[in-house]
Amino acid sequence: MGNKGAKGRSLIRSDATQKLLAFGSLIVLIIVFSLASPNFFKFSNIVSIVLSTAVNGVLAVGVTFVIITGGIDLSIGTTMTFASVIAGVLISFWKAPVLVGVLGGLAAGALVGMISGSVIAKMKLPPFIATLGMMMITKGLSLVISGTKPIYFNDAKAYSRIAMGSVLGDILPGFNIPNAVVIFLLMSVLASLILTKTSLGRYNFALGSNEEATRLSGINVDKWKIAIYALSGLFCGIAGILMSSRLNSAQPALGQGYELEAIAAVVIGGTSLNGGEGTILGTVIGAFIMSVLTNGLRILSVKQEWQTVVIGIVVIFAVYADLLRRRNK
Amino acid sequence: MKNVKRLIALLAGMMLLVSLLVGCGGSGNKNQQDNNTDKNQQGTTGDNNQQNTGDNAGKKLYIPVISKGFQHQFWQAVKMGAEKAAQEFDVEITFEGPESEAQVDKQIEMLEAALSKNPDAICLAALDSKAVIPYLEQAKERGIPVVGFDSGVDSDIPVATAATDNKAAAAAAADKMAELIGGEGEVAVIVHDQTSITGVDRRDGFVNQIKEKYPNIKIVDIQYGGGDHLKSTDLAKAIIQAHPNLKGFFGANEGSAVGVLNAVVELGKEKDIVVIGYDAGKQLKDAVREGTIAGAISQDPVAIGYEAVKAAVMAAKGEKVEQLIDTGFHWYDKSNVDSEELKPLLYD
Repeated sequence: MGNKGAKGRSLIRSDATQKLLAFGSLIVLIIVFSLASPNFFKFSNIVSIVLSTAVNGVLAVGVTFVIITGGIDLSIGTTMTFASVIAGVLISFWKAPVLVGVLGGLAAGALVGMISGSVIAKMKLPPFIATLGMMMITKGLSLVISGTKPIYFNDAKAYSRIAMGSVLGDILPGFNIPNAVVIFLLMSVLASLILTKTSLGRYNFALGSNEEATRLSGINVDKWKIAIYALSGLFCGIAGILMSSRLNSAQPALGQGYELEAIAAVVIGGTSLNGGEGTILGTVIGAFIMSVLTNGLRILSVKQEWQTVVIGIVVIFAVYADLLRRRNK
Repeated sequence: MKNVKRLIALLAGMMLLVSLLVGCGGSGNKNQQDNNTDKNQQGTTGDNNQQNTGDNAGKKLYIPVISKGFQHQFWQAVKMGAEKAAQEFDVEITFEGPESEAQVDKQIEMLEAALSKNPDAICLAALDSKAVIPYLEQAKERGIPVVGFDSGVDSDIPVATAATDNKAAAAAAADKMAELIGGEGEVAVIVHDQTSITGVDRRDGFVNQIKEKYPNIKIVDIQYGGGDHLKSTDLAKAIIQAHPNLKGFFGANEGSAVGVLNAVVELGKEKDIVVIGYDAGKQLKDAVREGTIAGAISQDPVAIGYEAVKAAVMAAKGEKVEQLIDTGFHWYDKSNVDSEELKPLLYD
């Protein structure tokens, strides 16, 4: 069986078939929708699709690390909201500079992840239970801290430019792509580099493949687990900033339910829930498959109820395809 | 090992402490709610020990007010009205609701819990008007009068309902829409849901008015965003992409309307699409002031809360109440958004 960790690390080999499959499905979807409606393949719609993928995409990329360890994080949706509320409190209540608010939000997300990771690593609670509890805690805290009211960023004009301004458009006129899109893509590249080129990535795969063997070979499994959950939490913070920047408000009652969309994206992208393997590219493709599907179905005025049915079927098939591929090895 | 556990406990404690400090700085509501819950628990034990002879001297009436939740600021305004009435009539209320308007099951649990406390009356804004009926029947059997507010219930159990005539209000929105787009063209609608009476009434009120009076206006799409601001934004954008000649867009509640507003701004179509919203909230009001959206229908949430509690108090005391309490609606746009008349209704 040899070095399962090393196999999981490479970007090529049989994971390529899964990526090709996923990417191929994405292309097929785009073609089908473009043929079905002339309004689909337009620059403004493509930008809309990518923008709508940003928040879920960032969440999904962050939780990929956790899923590769064989764990799961159900709190990512509400942690995202919690981070946005903290940013809101800092910027709108305490009148701190936007940068401080953003850093505060990111720190809040990372802190929540760190606590989840600690509970899982040290108290040996199963990730499902620990993060379920964390989800409820952050959900409640978001409402408590905000006084159950949305927090608006109207006085801090710079805040909404974080997601909706266009640095790219300022440099290259005509390329008015919202910052949120650029941030999402940059974070994905960064995550991919972390996963494949750093010790954290290496140990991530090792942890997921065989935790006991990793521990026995002298690696501080607990420390790396905590770091991984904290990293996921940091991504929740980024997603929270992006979401609240786009809405120009921190909405404390939203967030729950977003975790399932993110996890679905990871799974569709080929990362196994058993841990030990996965790629960021797969997650990004998975996220796009979901947002392209959703957008296309909406443009075709398919009833909402059917939209979620279709997405659910896609998730099941993606997991099944992954299972088959695994069995054939 | 012990050290690490202590560290985790310390971290968690710090986080909670920081959150609480921050929370106290940000709002005073939390303290109020805690006081209410404590008092109510005392009130309830009193309830169980006394005979319910109808003579409530020395004990305050307890009325749980179950709203649709906290997703929209609308409910905070309803809460204000309810608390005003509670103070005026000297009764205890708890104002509660699930976090999002999609959580029908959560609301049912709250209803169950409220019933088990043996209240003197109950006020309820049903998320799903049919699902709550078995609990209302329970309440009826136990002699607990039920007062509906905001959304009615599909039954004759509630002794009164304090609500906006949503059908009429949405029809008025349709009239304004027709006026502003010149009587013809394509319009789309985003509603929050199709299970609550407000969702159904507002959708039908708007759609039917357009169908009956404005045959040259075509409703190209009706979709449901759950009142989620982000989802409604992406949803509205997809609809606008699909219908490039869209002239008007109606958002049937605060979250939906904010979504439509965001979509129109993000796509740069403020001049091309007439947006009409519903309810208020800071973002809608600002947009109306700036002219980004044409205007919106405002309900009277303070009156809804007030009248609901008032009716509940009267019913609990055995007095007769009006079956339907119409709390009214108003159209607001740039010209009157800051007027004295509408200020108390247009919450932040």
